[in-house]
Amino acid sequence: MALTIASREVDGITVLDLSGRITLGEGSVQLREAIRDLISKGQKMILLNLGDVSYIDSSGLGELVSAFTTSKNQGAALKLLNLTKKVKDVLQLTKLYTVFDIYDDEATAIASYK
Amino acid sequence: MSKPGAGRLEFSLNSTMESVGEVEATADKLAAEAGLDEDERFRLTMAVREAAVNAVLHGNDYDPKKLVKASFENTGKSLVITIADEGEGLDPERIPDPLAPENLMRGTGRGIFLIRSFMDEVHFRQLHPGTELTLVKHLAPPEGKT
Repeated sequence: MALTIASREVDGITVLDLSGRITLGEGSVQLREAIRDLISKGQKMILLNLGDVSYIDSSGLGELVSAFTTSKNQGAALKLLNLTKKVKDVLQLTKLYTVFDIYDDEATAIASYK
Repeated sequence: MSKPGAGRLEFSLNSTMESVGEVEATADKLAAEAGLDEDERFRLTMAVREAAVNAVLHGNDYDPKKLVKASFENTGKSLVITIADEGEGLDPERIPDPLAPENLMRGTGRGIFLIRSFMDEVHFRQLHPGTELTLVKHLAPPEGKT
């Protein structure tokens, strides 16, 4: 299943609800474009909800890293919410787990931007 | 197909992302039929996908004149998957460590690391031209046997 991205606003924070796979040729480009679009519109607070992401490959990991770096360079904060076990395992294995701000609870994640 | 001794399944595929999907799906079927649990299936499938992406993208560079060859076998003791490209060759010793602090935030370079992490054995063979990766996942012996 390809990646679908739904956008919503919570207290001025853009939450992107991702569903499907973040892989080369399926979700990587969509995610990149969604982040670039938000950054270009001046959004400084972005929360990626990965609760329905079933699969991520090395390209998808690279895209998350790029999204984080791009956001940071533009003065925006990109955080992650609701990692599935598979995504969490891969982030831990690649030592990226400590790079991101990661939350299991949306309310806590939203409050962290204050 | 993936029952022990059921033979070796071989494909010759075009250098496309559709081929990556086909290889990935075959690996998942092999793993499922061999009785691997969900986590092990995911790891094996991901390793095979990364190898196929490397072959299509980095090895053959999507060249329509170059093929990717893949084979899948359940030997009874192991699942053995080979993925070969017709590219310029890959020296695994020259791949930067993606866990090194200076590489941690790079957008690429984690594929071989993930393959090595998820498989029990990984072998590289230079084909001149091309590279063949052999990925091996050992199977637990059936209960009651050692």
